[in-house]
Amino acid sequence: MIKVKAFGMVAEKIRTNELELQYMPDTEVLLGFLHQQFPDLKHIKFSLAVNRKQAVGKTMIPLGAEVALLPPFSGG
Amino acid sequence: MIMDRFARQQVLPGFGKEAQEKLKHSKILVIGAGGLGCPALLYLAAAGVGTIGIMDGDMVSLSNLNRQILFGESDLGLNKAETAAHFLKSKYSDIHIDCIPEFITTENAAPVISKYDLILDGSDNFPTRYLVNDICVLLKKPLVFGAIYQNQGQVGILNAKDSNSVNYRDLFPDPPTAYEIPNCNETGVLGVLPGIIGTIQATEAIKFITGFGSTLIDKMLFYNLLDHQSYEVGLNKNPDAHLSMPNTIAEFMEVDYAVVCGNGDSINWVEAIGLLKKFPDGKLIDVREKDEAPRLKKIKHLSFPVSEIEETIGVLNSIDPVLLFCQSGIRSLKTVKILEKAFPGKKIHSISGGIEALDSPINKNYHGN
Repeated sequence: MIKVKAFGMVAEKIRTNELELQYMPDTEVLLGFLHQQFPDLKHIKFSLAVNRKQAVGKTMIPLGAEVALLPPFSGG
Repeated sequence: MIMDRFARQQVLPGFGKEAQEKLKHSKILVIGAGGLGCPALLYLAAAGVGTIGIMDGDMVSLSNLNRQILFGESDLGLNKAETAAHFLKSKYSDIHIDCIPEFITTENAAPVISKYDLILDGSDNFPTRYLVNDICVLLKKPLVFGAIYQNQGQVGILNAKDSNSVNYRDLFPDPPTAYEIPNCNETGVLGVLPGIIGTIQATEAIKFITGFGSTLIDKMLFYNLLDHQSYEVGLNKNPDAHLSMPNTIAEFMEVDYAVVCGNGDSINWVEAIGLLKKFPDGKLIDVREKDEAPRLKKIKHLSFPVSEIEETIGVLNSIDPVLLFCQSGIRSLKTVKILEKAFPGKKIHSISGGIEALDSPINKNYHGN
């Protein structure tokens, strides 16, 4: 299993701030799955973190990991 | 023991007089005296930061008053930096307040920012955030970043030490387009949220200057007002960060951050196709002359050559968004600027890379040939 935590507008697009998904080996597979399940996500930019470390490019997801979907905020 | 206004923090274990001296000799610039800037300024001044710059070109308006706690009803219509400076000077005689009643621009950024040790970003839009990040990287200034969206906030210290430190573009290499993220004015905010995030920014600035506690250097803390959950992410260097970033002050001064960040921005083909699906009144327009090749075949579009723009401009009245493309993206970007003057408020975009960009693998499904 993978735990997915979503913030800001990403949470709005997937209509929850937490998801549990079947295991996926890396962030590219996960992103492909999310884009297919939630096509609105294709239109917004966000970064990913695996186990609370920012994932840059294709990153392996360890078993039982927590992946966070992090959009930029601009308000002040 | 002599009582002074810092007595309570000087007796705090681990802080003391030494830390107080560091604050006294520090110079902090707060960009934006708004929802984040107001609480940050109040606490930085109260803590005894020796020099505080306040930079904001905006005027106080009635709808600011739920969160911009330096201002009241009698300040409506006044400049925020001047009003904030006046108030803080009246409270404390032992610190220096610089008032800069201007918005930050590529022209004034370097001379202003170079005077300070640390920059606190309390702005409220992506163009300013990318501009502030880029100049802080170029001038090697630590940046205490803070931002909010609805009930959530982000805060962290960027560009803290040297080129190995992360900056905003390591986390978000390119700005979102205007469609992606609505601003506070569109989504609403409870006034205490920027109060909390701005106060954390001030906390981090004080800790960074004095070495007190552990800081959010190279980290981003996400905070949710609704349940008080917080989530800290360690940031990493990103090779994409440098692709869109100016490398010199001269390059920085040439960047149009409003265009880069979605106000009349460039978008890519995938985003353009997405907008056409989402907005039935949107149209794709080829601004090249009619004999230029290759022509676009697979995607429905209009052809309005730049040379005939004056005759055809009326047709654009009913089109929104307007998505322009040319051969490589340069003429279409220039046309965006012309059309924005004629149609303020209309969403007008240039497709970056033009028809040539359709050759990239991600776009091959849309290619006309």
